[in-house]
Amino acid sequence: MSVRHTLLGALVFAGLAACVPLLPLWLISLITIAMSSGLVVSGLIILWRAGLVPFGQALFFATGAYTVALAGLWLKISDAVVLVILAIVAAALVAAFAGLLLARYREIFFAMLSLALSMILYGLLVKSEALGSTDGINVAQATFFGMKPRGAAYTIAVFWLSLVLVFLAWLSVTAYLGSVAGQMAGAIRDNEIRVEYLGISVTRLIHLKLTIAAALAGAGGALAALSISHVDPQMAYWTTSGGFVFVTILAGAVSVPAAFIGALIFEVIRSIAVAVLPGGWQMILGTVLLVTILFVPNGLGSLIMRKRIAGQGGSK
Amino acid sequence: MSALLSVRDLQKTFGQVVAARDINVDVPVGQTVGIIGANGAGKTTFVNMITGHLKPSGGAIIFEGGAITGLPSRKIMRLGVARSFQVAQLFPTYTVFENLCAAIAIAHSGTSVFSAAVARFVSDRTKGEAETALAHFQIAPYRDALASTLPQGMRKLLDIAMATAGNPRLLLLDEPTSGISLEEKFDLMEVIMAALKARGTTVLFVEHDMEIVRRFADRVLAFYDGTVIADGPPTVALDDPRVAEFITGTLIRAKDGTLKAPTVSHA
Ligand SMILES: Nc1ncnc2c1ncn2[C@@H]1O[C@H](COP(=O)(O)OP(=O)(O)OP(=O)(O)O)[C@@H](O)[C@H]1O
Ligand SMILES: [Mg+2]
Repeated sequence: MSVRHTLLGALVFAGLAACVPLLPLWLISLITIAMSSGLVVSGLIILWRAGLVPFGQALFFATGAYTVALAGLWLKISDAVVLVILAIVAAALVAAFAGLLLARYREIFFAMLSLALSMILYGLLVKSEALGSTDGINVAQATFFGMKPRGAAYTIAVFWLSLVLVFLAWLSVTAYLGSVAGQMAGAIRDNEIRVEYLGISVTRLIHLKLTIAAALAGAGGALAALSISHVDPQMAYWTTSGGFVFVTILAGAVSVPAAFIGALIFEVIRSIAVAVLPGGWQMILGTVLLVTILFVPNGLGSLIMRKRIAGQGGSK
Repeated sequence: MSALLSVRDLQKTFGQVVAARDINVDVPVGQTVGIIGANGAGKTTFVNMITGHLKPSGGAIIFEGGAITGLPSRKIMRLGVARSFQVAQLFPTYTVFENLCAAIAIAHSGTSVFSAAVARFVSDRTKGEAETALAHFQIAPYRDALASTLPQGMRKLLDIAMATAGNPRLLLLDEPTSGISLEEKFDLMEVIMAALKARGTTVLFVEHDMEIVRRFADRVLAFYDGTVIADGPPTVALDDPRVAEFITGTLIRAKDGTLKAPTVSHA
């Protein structure tokens, strides 16, 4: 990515950060939560480009969230940045391990195996008293570089943290997608034999993609834990994973910013749907998904990117 | 040891079927070897074993003095052996140019996925080499066409151009002219061989058309029933009585022992 793009992006984020006084607190919280799932979805884009859709990405999301909760509880760590880094490392480690198995599977088997692993974690969390069982664990309010914002200030601090994380995720995912490994995603989807005969291991490429996606999901989980100040097994449940896949379809794999915009739209629609139709909000979300698949099969990102792709004349 | 490739007592069995038996071949640097044989004679199996697609049941394969027997194909590629396929293996949703860039970028990025995650896909060097390959293999007119839309001959050329991305010392071509009309075959082989000669690549190619073999091979390996029944310059090997009987003659003896009419070879 060009320096100009990066600076432009930084400016947009600084602008968003400065918008805080204009926004009601509930909206700030909603955006923060949306950004936490946007982080997960930015990782799913990496996998989806290679034709892989995990139905159990909540495994890594929950790993990140519980790492924050447990590091606070057991290790008395309260610094938000340290907690997020720990969560990213923990989720990446779980993926590095789970990937030994997952990276060998494709299509529905990959999707279901990932689901299976997430359900094992769910079961563990529900059954384990030490991990809070079904009630989950309360997360102590984090500190930011020694400062201890409380109340509204805390919500804003976590919001700013989410902007920084999204900015970094945008930079690194874009950089990865532009790398040789990132650009091999379509090649893997197209023809694994050819990729192997170019001298690179498809299994290892997928393993790497899984680990990067998990690190992003871990960051998302950490952000959610800090924002909600609570973690529970629901974070590892398959409906949580389904929500991420939902947003991925809504956003499409074409553009990285679409992951975050898609996540925001999803949160807004869900909030409205719950308010309008408390017992049947799933119906509204289902309709949105249906309309997306029928009319914008490549997701919101394709609407943003259409012009630019055409302008590139087919070359990269 | 001046041989680039040495094959020793190579064997391959699939259950009851013996697809390779007692194959011994030395290929010196710079040679162009034509591999002939009826359908099912074991030509693809031979290529597959050298490139790691199949593990031999016995014997050894030595490339540049080191054993590569049974290594995974990507490791063998990294050592300098490349191949094309009987059915071209492309990335159908990529353009011709992107197919070449992918091959070249991987060749540049090193063996590990970590270096591939750091190396930029788009670089002037990659693009430059891709343009050169487009020119050498005469596929420039199709530069921005999706690989899925290419005519058969162009698919073959792109497949081979991608195989040469890492500057292999040894290239194995499995039926480079299959599915190509008689009129076009010679032109296609001219393009391929000119591009490869310019790189000094040692070539083994599988071919059913004896005129092509006569024209382009320095040496012929004739396969029958999993083993090499003749090995020598085209003029000698193609006139070998056993080759005449089993492969090029008026009748071809199939593996079940029956005699059948050969595929027509043009004048
Ligand atoms: N994977 C496999 N499993 C079982 N048998 C196989 C396998 N691959 C090849 N064979 C058998 O091994 C023998 C040699 O096959 P091979 O594909 O090497 O022949 P070929 O000379 O390339 O023929 P063609 O000219 O048709 O491409 C055949 O009898 C074939 O049926
Ligand atoms: Mg064959």
